[in-house]
Amino acid sequence: MRKIEPILAVLLAAAMIAAAIAAPWLRFVLTIALAKGIAVLGIMLLLRAGQVSFGHALYVAFGAYVVAFLAPRLNDAVLLLAAAAVGAGLLGLLIGLFVARYRQIFFGMLNLAMCMVFYSLLEKLYHITRGSDGIRVEVMPVAGQALDRVAYEWAIFGIALALALGLGILLRLYLSSPMGEALAGIKTRETRLEFMGVPARGVLLSAYVISAVVGGIGGALIAMTSRHVTPLLSYWTASGELVFIAILGGAGGVLGPFLGAAAYELIRVYAAASFADAWQMILGAALLLVILFAPGGLWGMAGRLAGGRGR
Amino acid sequence: MSEVLLQAAGLRLAFGGVRAADGIDLAVMGGEFLAIIGPNGAGKTTFINMTTGYLRPQSGEITYEGRRITGMAPRAIVKLGIARSFQLPQLFLEHTVEQNLALAVASREGIWSPLAPLRRPRYREEAHDLLERFGLAAIAGTRADALNEGARKLADIAMAVALRPRLLLMDEPTSGVAASEKMAVVETLARVLREAKVTAVFVEHDMDVVERFADRVAVWSQGRIAALGPPQEVLADPAVQRDVIGIERHPATPEAPHA
Repeated sequence: MRKIEPILAVLLAAAMIAAAIAAPWLRFVLTIALAKGIAVLGIMLLLRAGQVSFGHALYVAFGAYVVAFLAPRLNDAVLLLAAAAVGAGLLGLLIGLFVARYRQIFFGMLNLAMCMVFYSLLEKLYHITRGSDGIRVEVMPVAGQALDRVAYEWAIFGIALALALGLGILLRLYLSSPMGEALAGIKTRETRLEFMGVPARGVLLSAYVISAVVGGIGGALIAMTSRHVTPLLSYWTASGELVFIAILGGAGGVLGPFLGAAAYELIRVYAAASFADAWQMILGAALLLVILFAPGGLWGMAGRLAGGRGR
Repeated sequence: MSEVLLQAAGLRLAFGGVRAADGIDLAVMGGEFLAIIGPNGAGKTTFINMTTGYLRPQSGEITYEGRRITGMAPRAIVKLGIARSFQLPQLFLEHTVEQNLALAVASREGIWSPLAPLRRPRYREEAHDLLERFGLAAIAGTRADALNEGARKLADIAMAVALRPRLLLMDEPTSGVAASEKMAVVETLARVLREAKVTAVFVEHDMDVVERFADRVAVWSQGRIAALGPPQEVLADPAVQRDVIGIERHPATPEAPHA
């Protein structure tokens, strides 16, 4: 299963490129899917430790607002992505020092609370954030190159794809390192870690900071793609959406979040176009079917089709 | 068996009204196998929990290699060379036995390398070597949640040994091990520990195991040490026989009718 992962990743990337060429409007949908997939990598990490965060939209929104705020001063997509990643990482460290002390429902709810605090700030501090009107993000140069709108959209799609692959590889290495395996140990035997001399809280905190960084990167990409940020990015339903995608895709491997995000966005777009009033029901039914018949998510399903076993 | 490795002095700890430690004084000598026996609730596990930092005594001191360790965190105490195994094995259930061992080896060396794999040859070799010595090589690839109780117990101890402790505290290493396998398991365990020059303190309910493997026995009773000495002497003590062994060696024997 782990062996076919790189092949599947390349196939998936090729399919996305082909789809983006064939249907330009899909390019937008797929860039958003990649951005969300990157953010969901963080959810998947925390799921490894048996923890569900219902507040990771906080980091997505934070990354998006970093782009919106800094774009006038730091007008380059690459620099803004770096700024969003670092900013979200620092915020994740600050909040992580607090929430990494908690587990299970308390962990989930505290994250939700932080996320909603940020939402309220974005809504209420109108003179800074322009409240629910949000902030527009203009087309910006990429790595010093001024681009027209189409070239810009292609560039962001390309960056999102490259980041998805790069971060996927890095996190795959991380998960199979002692640090990553200890993270999985938090789920089953946290006390044992302490009696082996491993600070479990430090292990979880590292994963939390990584999850915040990828959340910030995902958010920055969303801001650059939709080119408009609003407080809704930090609303609790946005956090729920990330968890939804993680479960839909499966937490077994780094490809799961991207399978989940692609499926989620495509179902959403097609369902909304065909059954305007019922698209949420269709998404719900899709998740229900996955939970009932493929507990390992789409990734687990892909694994079974390939004849291997999911992790 | 020469110098004092671990010294407990005047340890006291009460849970509500129950005195789990009521003035424990004990010196563990380097190299010895010290058995702790006594009825349930006598405070045997509490002593292990205090020594490994899981519980903090309300008063008294524990010194290890001349250094005060009272109240230190478990992971700091582990780093000094004191490891423990558990009455209920604490394995990473979603990992294989080999991964469990490799993780223990890795944590001894420091796990903070996020990009190098746990499956690196050095860790795997050491894990396999340990599994070999514990007679667990055949189940290296089995997930921990699929093991029988005996194997689980041994794997749990192997993980503690992987930390290369100088002092190993084992909480009932043979409970749950089938009676027919018990002696073989302890034989294996004793051999591994002697080879690795590990000092061992173990809680044990089987007096045959104690007689055969312990250099000294400490009898726990209501948070105190009621007797301490070589097994032949202590186990022959009529008071110990009446209070501890009488109950444990022949649990099925009906009490003598009153005259």
